[in-house]
Parts: sequence; C-alpha cells; structure tokens
Amino acid sequence: MTITEPGTQSAEDNTNAVPTPTDNLNDHKPNGFGRMLRKEDPRLVRGRGQFCDDVQVPGMLHLAILRSPMAHARIVSIDKSAAEAHPKVKAVVTGADLAEHNLAWMPTLSNDVQAVLATDKVRFQHQEVAFVVAEDRYSARDALELIDVEYEWLDPVIDVRQALAPDAPVIRDDLEGKTDNHCFDWEAGSKDDTEAVFADARENGIVVTEDIVYPRVHPAPMETCGCVADLDPVSGKLTLWSTTQAPHAHRTVYALVAGLPEHKIRIIAPDIGGGFGNKVPIYPGYVCSIVASLLIGKPVKWMEDRTENLVSTGFARDYIMRGEIAATKEGKIRAIRTEVLADHGAFNGTAAPVKYPAGFFGVFTGSYDIEAAYAHMSAVYTNKAPGGVAYACSFRITEAVYLVERMVDVLAYDLEMDPAELRLQNFIQPEQFPYESKTGWVYDSGDYEPTMRKALDMAGYAELRAEQEEKRSRGELMGIGISFFTEAVGAGPRKDMDILGLGMADGCELRVHPTGKAVVRLSVKTQGQGHETTFAQIIAQEIGIPPDDIDVVHGDTDNTPFGLGTYGSRSTPVSGAAAALVARKVRDKAQIIASGMLEASVADLEYEAGTFRVKGDPEQSVTIQDIAMRAHGAGDLPEGIEGGLEAQICYNPENLTYPFGAYICVVDVDPGTAEVKVRRFVAVDDCGTQINPMIVEGQVHGGLADGVGMALMEMISFDEEGNCLAGSLMDYLIPTAMEVPDWETGHTVTPSPHHPIGAKGIGESATVGSPPAIVNAVVDALKPYGIRHADMPLTPSRVWEAMQGNHTPPI
Amino acid sequence: MQVPAPFEYERATSVDHAIALMERLGDEARLVAGGHSLIPMMKLRLATPEYLIDINDLASELGYIRVEGDEVRIGAMTRHRELLESNDLAAVLPIFRDAEKVIADPVVRNRGTLGGSLCQADPSEDLSAVCDAIGASCVIRGRSGERVVSMHDFHRGPYETAVADGEMLTEVRVPIRPHSGSAYHKVERRAGDWAVASAGAAVTMDGDVIADGRVGLCAVGPNLTNIEPISAALSGQAPSEDLYATVGQIAADNATPSTDTRGTAAYKTHLAKELTIRSLRKAVARATGQE
Repeated sequence: MTITEPGTQSAEDNTNAVPTPTDNLNDHKPNGFGRMLRKEDPRLVRGRGQFCDDVQVPGMLHLAILRSPMAHARIVSIDKSAAEAHPKVKAVVTGADLAEHNLAWMPTLSNDVQAVLATDKVRFQHQEVAFVVAEDRYSARDALELIDVEYEWLDPVIDVRQALAPDAPVIRDDLEGKTDNHCFDWEAGSKDDTEAVFADARENGIVVTEDIVYPRVHPAPMETCGCVADLDPVSGKLTLWSTTQAPHAHRTVYALVAGLPEHKIRIIAPDIGGGFGNKVPIYPGYVCSIVASLLIGKPVKWMEDRTENLVSTGFARDYIMRGEIAATKEGKIRAIRTEVLADHGAFNGTAAPVKYPAGFFGVFTGSYDIEAAYAHMSAVYTNKAPGGVAYACSFRITEAVYLVERMVDVLAYDLEMDPAELRLQNFIQPEQFPYESKTGWVYDSGDYEPTMRKALDMAGYAELRAEQEEKRSRGELMGIGISFFTEAVGAGPRKDMDILGLGMADGCELRVHPTGKAVVRLSVKTQGQGHETTFAQIIAQEIGIPPDDIDVVHGDTDNTPFGLGTYGSRSTPVSGAAAALVARKVRDKAQIIASGMLEASVADLEYEAGTFRVKGDPEQSVTIQDIAMRAHGAGDLPEGIEGGLEAQICYNPENLTYPFGAYICVVDVDPGTAEVKVRRFVAVDDCGTQINPMIVEGQVHGGLADGVGMALMEMISFDEEGNCLAGSLMDYLIPTAMEVPDWETGHTVTPSPHHPIGAKGIGESATVGSPPAIVNAVVDALKPYGIRHADMPLTPSRVWEAMQGNHTPPI
Repeated sequence: MQVPAPFEYERATSVDHAIALMERLGDEARLVAGGHSLIPMMKLRLATPEYLIDINDLASELGYIRVEGDEVRIGAMTRHRELLESNDLAAVLPIFRDAEKVIADPVVRNRGTLGGSLCQADPSEDLSAVCDAIGASCVIRGRSGERVVSMHDFHRGPYETAVADGEMLTEVRVPIRPHSGSAYHKVERRAGDWAVASAGAAVTMDGDVIADGRVGLCAVGPNLTNIEPISAALSGQAPSEDLYATVGQIAADNATPSTDTRGTAAYKTHLAKELTIRSLRKAVARATGQE
C-alpha cells in the first residue's frame, strides 16, 4: 500500500502519536514527533563535540606511520637506527618486529588477510611499512624521515584489465600456492534462462549492450581516521577511542586478532566527523596504536592526515561492467545480464556480509519485473589500496543501480523511447509485492508508479522536454535525466548475514528512571545521521516520554548492548526496530503496573500518548511518569512483577527493507567548453514511515551532493607506476555549494510490512540514486552528438572528448 | 599528520627589514605572505626552507590599490579579496574582478596576495595571465634600490621570476588607457580548483579598430607571456567574430599543454582558443561601452 495523500497513516502502531505541531505539508504525518530539531546539534554547532583527536590522556604519546613510496616493491632492508636515536622517539617498529609477535598480518572483514606493517614486500603505494612513537606528533613525523628503507622495484599491476593476464606479476605471493591475481568469482541468477531470453530477443526483439565503468572513488569524510589506544599495564584493560562506525564488531575482531580477552577491551567511538563506510574497516593504524601502547605501557594517539586518508583507507566502487538488456521492440524489458571485473586492490578489505562477496550487487535487476537475470563477476587483486565497499553504497547497490539505470536509458536511446515512459511500463506492480526477484531478493513493499508520477509532476517533465526541443533547435545543450532506484538495506537476517561470523542483529536497552526520564542504549553509532534525535523520537512515540527526556547512549561497548553498527543504511531498519520493540516491552510492563495502580484488569486499560486509562472511565488514569515512580517506589506492585522499569532486546530482522525513489536531474552543457551545470534536481524518496522528515531531507541533501561529486568530478586515479594521483582535496575534488542546485525533495510513504513502525532506511538512497540521474541527463544533453553513453566523472575534458567521439573509460 | 619540517621564523616590520633579513639568512630563507602556496608545500615537505620571513606586517605598507592619472598601482601585499572588492579597480580593469571571482575560495582570497601569486609563478596561476594581458610591470626592490620590469621579463618560466635573492616584489603598475576593456574566462573542474585553462584579454580601441590588444593564457604551457602574433593580429583590425576566431587559433597554436587529471592536451588546446575568443569578445564589448 502506498500512501501519497496527506493525512493518512498506515503503520498500525502509529495511532497513539503524541500530538506535536508539524504543519509542514511535506510531512505526511511522520511517526510521532516529526520535524524536531536535532538534539546533538547544540554541542556540535557550539564546538563542544568530542572527536577522537580531542581526546587527551595523561602521558599520551603520538604515533606516525611510514608509508611506501612505491606500489609494488620488495623490502630489502630497513635501517631504523637514526630514527631511534631521535631524542623524543620512544619506539620505532617495523613489520619484522610485529612478525615476532605474530602481529604483522591481520584478517580483513572479507576473510582475507592484510599486512599491518609490510614484511616481505609492499603491495600498494602508501602501504604501511613502519611506525614511530614519540613524545609529540611533530617529532614522530620528523623521525619518519630518518628511517632508511631500501626497496627493490617490482612491476606493478595497475590496469585492472591486465590483472589476470598470464604474465602479470603475482601480487599476493603471501598466500600459499597463489599463482595469479584472481581474488574471487561470484554469480547470481540463472545463466541458461537468461541466455534463452537473450537468444529469443536477438531474433524477435532487441538486445542492447554497453560497457560501463564505476570509477574508484573515496568517502573522504571531513574527519580522518584515528584512535587513542590506552592499554592499562596494571589491569590489562584496553580502552580504545576510535573513529569506528561499528564499535562492537571492532571489539570482537580485536579480541580474535590480538588475543585480548573481550571483557578487557572497551571501544569508545566519540563524535565522528563523517563515516560513509570509511570507518567500518579496521585499519593497520589502529592495530599499530594498540601494539604501541602494549609495548610502551602508555596511551598512544594516531591520527591520519588528509593524504593518508585518501590514499590508504577504504575506497569504493571500481567496477568495470558490461551491461546487457534483452527487450521487446515495444520496450518490455525481458532480461538483464552483466559481466563485472572488480578491482579489490592489494587486499580484499571489502566490508560486506560474508555470504555476499559482491555485497548486494545482486539487486541489479532494479525496479523492473523481468523474466530472467544473470550476473557474473571476477574480482582481482591490483597494486592499489584495499577496501571496496565504503562510501554510502548499501553494499554495492550503488553500482547495481547505476548499471541498470544507465542501461535502461541505453535501451530508451536505441528504441527512441521516452526514458520515463519506458520505466513506467516495466515497473514491478504493487500487487506483486512481496516480490521475489530473479536473483533471489524478496522486495518487501513498493508502489513505484505514484512515486515516479510525483517526481515527473514536480519537475514539470513535459514542459522540460518542450524546452529541451526548443533549445536543441538553437544549438543549446540541455539534458533531462531520470533514475528510479530500489535499494535493499537493513542487513540483515542472521540466518543469511554475518560479518566474520557475527550475526547482523542489533541490541537495544531502555531504562526508565524513577522520575519518568529515560536512557536508551544502542548498538549502532551515529556519524552525523542524527541517532540521538531519531531514536529518542522512536522511544518517545512508543511510551509517551518526551524525546528531550530521553538520553541516547551509543558508541561505547562498555555501556551499550552488542550489535553490528551503523553502515548500509541499517540503523533505522535494524536498530530502530529494536528501539521500538524494547519500548513496547517496557510499555507492556508499565501497563501491568498501571493496572495495579488503577485497580483494573490489564485488559480494561487503554493506552494513548503516555497515559493509561480505564476503558469507559477516562478520569481514571496514570501517566508513564506515575508508573515509573511506582515501579521504583515503596508501594506494592502487581504479583510477580519486579521493581524497575526497563527492558533489553536483540532484534533479528526478518528481511531487508527496500526503499525506493524517483530522481530527475536537469543539466545544461556549454557547447564551447563542455562544462556541465546541474540546473535542477528533483528527488522523491520513499523510505517507508518517516521518523524525522527534516533529518530524512538532510540525509537526501547530503547524498545528492555526493552524487554530483561522483558523477562530475570524483575519482581516485593512478599513473602507470601505481602512484596515486588523488592525494589531496585539490586533486580529489568533492563538490561545493557552487556545484549543486537547490534540491527539490518530496516523498511518498510505503511502509515496510515487517518493520515495527514501517520504516525502511534513507541514509544512502540519494548516493545510490543520484549518479545515474546526473549521467543520464548529461548523456541526454549530448544526444545531438550521437552519444549513447559516457563514463563518470563527467569533467569538462571528458565531456568534450566524448563530443569529439573520443570517449575513453576512466581506468 | 601533515606538519612542516622544523624551520625558524622571523617577522619583518618593513620592506627594508625584510630585505635585510633575506640578506642575512641567505637562500634558505623564504618570504611568506598569504602562505596559501608555500605553507601547503611545506606541510607536504615539498618545500623545506630553514627560515620563514613573515611579511604580513607589511600589509599596511604594501597593501593598496591606487588609481592615479594614467596608471594603477597595486601593492604586492594587496589581498585577493581587496582586488575582488575594489570598485575603483573594477572600473578601469574589470579583468581583475573577473579573475578574482574564480580564484580559489573566500578563505584563500582573504589571505593570498597579488605579490605572492606572481612570485609563486605557477603556470596555472591566474593573476600572471591577467597581468600579462594588461601589460603590467613589476617593481622589484633590493638593497641597491628599485627596478621595474615588464611581465614578460618578470616571468622566467614555471616557478621562476626575475626576483633575485635578497629582492622582493613590492608593486605592480598597470597603464590606464581610454577606450580600453579587459576580461577573463576560466574553465575549472570545480569552484576553487586550479584552471584547466584560462585566458585573459585586454584591448584598447582607436575608433572602430583595435589599436592594441593582448592575450594572457594560463595552464596551457610555460612561457606564454606576450604572444607577439596575437598582438600583431589584433593591431589595427576591426573587431569581428572572424578576427576573434583567428586570434583564438593563434592562441591554440601557441599552447603547449600536457594531459593530466584536469584534462587532455587536446581539450586544453581547444580551451585556449575558445576562452581567448570569449575574453576578446567581452573585452571589446567593454571597451566600446556595450557592457
């Protein structure tokens, strides 16, 4: 069921909303408290946030990392004597030193291994080779210059297309028996069924094929990665302040890697200045800091600089895709097929559920009801930084959506059909939900056409096409691009999804204090998404305690229940569900206590907005605050009921949630200089029930800006020797306010049937959905040049070269 | 952490003091004005001077824009922001406002200086192209006194100028002529980026014909000051789209860009032509009162 009319609300538990004035017409009655200001903002806008680099511990030392200048080289020797002689240096540690403690290698989140410090050879430029610990960070940096490393040059593998060539140098000779650069193969769907449809379409319909590259990009959070490691030599307890999106998962991994008992590890994730997936992996710098604190017996701080962040931490994308669509001549899409070459860098550092080495790329069939689909992927090692799934991508759905939405436009181009009409006639229909895709994904709910129509209306689509036609007749280049995406977020059901064996469920704990205030403890961790507000709103809605009376505690493993953290748009779908359910547990207990206070049976009570009333006698009532005091007070409680008012839960999602949206972008291209200007961007999102529409819009705004960056300017590129050419924000461009238009946002509401409040997750929708809309718009603008496809980033030079017929893939 | 290698720091209180400090500290000393080129290079340890001589206290002595008679004099410590905001300057040399609108960002423009930009002599640096187009000359002072050099003589090549050890640039002078116009066009991948390519043009009209015209190019190769064939092609010609195209082609023929992450050599060469045409068109429009 989709609700596009204001004033209707579907999630059944939302009938007890505490009335709050939200008269913005765009609100569509969100869950509970709606558009309230963010509780975390006062401290952030006043400069009172506490970030990792703000942490100061008495006696703290500073760590700096020496990195490889080459992409592929054997380490012949390391002379650290001059660095050790520096008066302020406390320790200089190499890979050989770590190897003595069996700590030179660590597992990645994808069951590969990664060097903490290189021992045998370096496998990407800027790989970690040694570290220095000194009294201050300046001396640590100075001492790096005093370490003398002799390297023996090895030919690097930089062009991913050459990685599997028979004569390619073998990068991962650390892996026993490894004789090539193959990382893994993966497939989805039915190869034979798909080929049968393609064979028929070649005869009776149409087949379109296009080579599409999603270049390597970087999350580039404002705050770089870092930590303070404090291993108390007396208690043996490690406290690690760390830039992590997943503190509990990190704690368990450290326990498994370093052999530290898990109860002796406390991970604190303080305020985080942006994550976008960059802060999911465990980086060598964290491990080095822990080792340093262990060796020296003092707290040790390590903070990356900007270059280190860009050149060594988790990148994203880097998929070389061939897309194919089989369709009828009338434009009914019948099958989609893709062959992918995935560049995983030197180590497979992908952070994705173990059974999903390609993440959720399997949803590449998009929002369309088709007969067959098949994907095959070869993933390879190259001499580039490891990573692979970071950057707000919902586990590779970014690549999947880009592929299918670009391909649908390719089909529209060849059929000379309107891309909006083509999409409308291929959508999965509302009565088909839950819909099982040809690659095995069960879409929970959806009603695509109203969302698409709303976006077309907001954009004034027909008028835009008329304007375009008129401009084309004058030689002006204007483009209109559409994308319609479906995401799969909220990983995930523990039967299918785990990371290193840890099920992707999330805990939540709620404690109501005697005076009716409360504290809720989460396993997820905000990096700016507004958890401290939305989770208070969820609880408030369920038990009637105002959001401002609820403290949200997160990011500290000693003070929160276990769970897998915040990434892949999973906080609201998983942890948000846990919050709603734990509140209902508390409310159930409160109702029993209320029955005692009101001397009525539990069944005779009705609840509304924090108050229990006796049915038929509304004067007889108690509030949640009255109940909280009774629960902690001296009076009698109903038989069998313990004192206190609190509960804990571990929520295991039944399925993923499937948010979707329709995006329309309008661009103008200067025919003389090929500069692209994004003139308008309309984004209509459906993330199910909204909790705080202001925060939803904020998430969408940020993701759309991300999309402009990726579509028009962002790329981590390398020269032939493997030197990274994106080592600063003057080289790796991210968009500014000057490159983005005023966003025009709207929404529809199709609740998730299995989520307690019907919410679906919004964090990555715009990052996923916007790049294809922008690229489709630019390609549409270039139609007079006969251009059917052009790869990101669509810089002026790349657009101009395409206009000359010289388009080249960004590899 | 990006921190410079150790260095010593001195603060000059006058031009003479700065010159004396340079003489005393030798060629391992560097002047720092706005610091938006030198400090990032030091943080990346691409530059490791032993001494920094901070001349920001000279901002009152060398920070000025004086439109006097047939000349504009601009002090070397004049900040980008002042060049952007000066209505007096925009009235006579609108090319400065054109360029400053697309130079870096407000943070950089608040600190960066005209002198620092010219002395850095980055081939992608906008103000060198501007000063070249408008026929500026540079006042260089050392212990033995002042000398005045043309932009052509000032600019020796990438990161190389006529300013010798123990000398500093103190002022830029630009002649003002009636019936003149100037303009600047730049293509960048994103606001605040270095130019992919840019072109500035300045013309002086004599009735219906161009008496004198110059074009300055940026980011399309070294040593593109004072492209003689352009001035020759413009001189005595009536402005027309054909003329602009001819001159644009000369600009392209003289460009020697290289392919990099900002763009291909072919594209930059194309831009040399396209942006020359656009700048000339606008400069003529301004000179003839059509804008």
